[in-house]
Amino acid sequence: MELNRLTAHELTALLDKGDISPVDICNNIIKEIGQKDKGLNAVVHFDPEKAIERAKALKGRDSSAALWGLPIFIKDNICVKDELTTCGSKILEGFAPPYNATVVDRLCRAGAILMGKTNMDEFAFGSSTETSFYGVTKNPWDRDRIPGGSSGGSAAAVAANEAIFALGSDTGGSIRQPASLCGVVGLKPTYGRVSRYGLIAFASSLDQIGPITKDVEDAAILLKVISGHDNMDPTSVDKSVPDFPSLIKRGIKGLKIGIPKEYFIEGIDSEVRQSMRDAIKKLETLGAICEDMSLPHTEYAVAVYYLVATAEASSNLARFDGVQYGFRADQAASVIEMHKKTRQEGFGSEAKRRIILGTFALSSGYYDAYYLRALKVRTLIKRDFEEAFKKYDVIVTPTSPTPAFKINERTEDPLTMYLSDIFTISANLAGIPGISIPCGFTKSGLPIGLQILGKPFDEETILRTAYSYEQAAK
Amino acid sequence: MDITKDTVRYVADLARVGLTDEDLGNFTGQLDRILGYVNKLKAVDVSGLEPTSHVLEMKNIYREDEVKDSLPVSEVMKNAPAKKGDMFKVGKIIEA
Repeated sequence: MELNRLTAHELTALLDKGDISPVDICNNIIKEIGQKDKGLNAVVHFDPEKAIERAKALKGRDSSAALWGLPIFIKDNICVKDELTTCGSKILEGFAPPYNATVVDRLCRAGAILMGKTNMDEFAFGSSTETSFYGVTKNPWDRDRIPGGSSGGSAAAVAANEAIFALGSDTGGSIRQPASLCGVVGLKPTYGRVSRYGLIAFASSLDQIGPITKDVEDAAILLKVISGHDNMDPTSVDKSVPDFPSLIKRGIKGLKIGIPKEYFIEGIDSEVRQSMRDAIKKLETLGAICEDMSLPHTEYAVAVYYLVATAEASSNLARFDGVQYGFRADQAASVIEMHKKTRQEGFGSEAKRRIILGTFALSSGYYDAYYLRALKVRTLIKRDFEEAFKKYDVIVTPTSPTPAFKINERTEDPLTMYLSDIFTISANLAGIPGISIPCGFTKSGLPIGLQILGKPFDEETILRTAYSYEQAAK
Repeated sequence: MDITKDTVRYVADLARVGLTDEDLGNFTGQLDRILGYVNKLKAVDVSGLEPTSHVLEMKNIYREDEVKDSLPVSEVMKNAPAKKGDMFKVGKIIEA
């Protein structure tokens, strides 16, 4: 049997029966990667022998180990002790962190087997996984196209059955958009639901780690494992974690769904638009009440995001200066020259562009006009959702205005690339949870994604909506 | 517009990012276009609005002041591009 094609919950059932072993699953994964990944480039750091060793070293099963025996891939910006963690960047060449991210410790405690690291846009700066130092990741549905980004490696690996499931990170859509473009499930939790300790920071007020999976049930299982308060991250919130997997199957009869008119703008692909219409009809037949509504400040989200996120990034990336870890340029006349040369040679173009834009937005004379103004408009975007959620349980939109685009199609013009995130960014600015699930294909066979946004800390309802839709669409 | 080559050069210097002449030319045009786009925020009335720098209503977070183990120095130094004993090594900082 090709175990790599199964979901985590299907494999757990087989493991429970004793029909298969964790080593069997790993062997299937290793074989698939061996056959496919040269063409896809989804996985950047992977040692098959170590993976098998880990599978063999697993202790016997106990009931609390929700992921026992299941291999998992981790986005390359999440620290794994003594394993390469390079953020898709030359500046972190050879970096092996001395500690695990909290999510990684939680995965290990739950019995998961760490496999390796997946490709990403450098420092998660991108929507296409084209800016990685390790090269472009291809979309498994059409290798001339991008997989989305920045967690494109995780999404492509899951879609290509090179992984059972994976972790990604989402700052402006970096889990949901690649999940949409690769035809898999991706969930961005509420800001504060999952510890960011050990996630190499891009924009600290927006970043969240989340699951990328083959189906909604797996997303619920993985989310439960990685969620919860962590003393190492003061922004992780001390709230009890619901038993997501047992709560998603109760249906959506009477659920109130808002459909924001600002998300059905000109420029949205006609097939995406049609598949949204079909999805909304399906949700209605399941008993949900769908209503058109408005999130009036949506059009400002991209502008706010590219000031706030780059400002935070310019500050976070100051630590990469060639002193404590990673790459250092040689032959510099002074320490400051060494910093400048290290960052010139170590960062790719998009990273430099964002550092400069963010530094500009924070610099004396421009701070009020750009950064501070953006934070004030962020307040309006957050309020839009607060108002909407007084009336609606969830909000449904397309995840991306278009299906996967061609490699190099948007690399020449950063602004066009930035607009790829137009439907996912608002959730990060407002801190709310969102999930992308598959909702059909274009005529040319490219996946389309449906986004469901929810109230803060109400991942349960977006998962339940997603599960109901997924089962009905089967 | 606010962005000229001089601005980009100045800001890149603040950010300690060296640029080639080609980078400088490209970035100036690109940043100018991006700022042209974000200038749409100028149309929003923001009077009386509080800025949202963070979505959680965070208060100070306190914990007991206990001494705990930190990472072993040897582990931390392992990734250093240059070191001397337990210290990170860089070029001379103080001018002679």
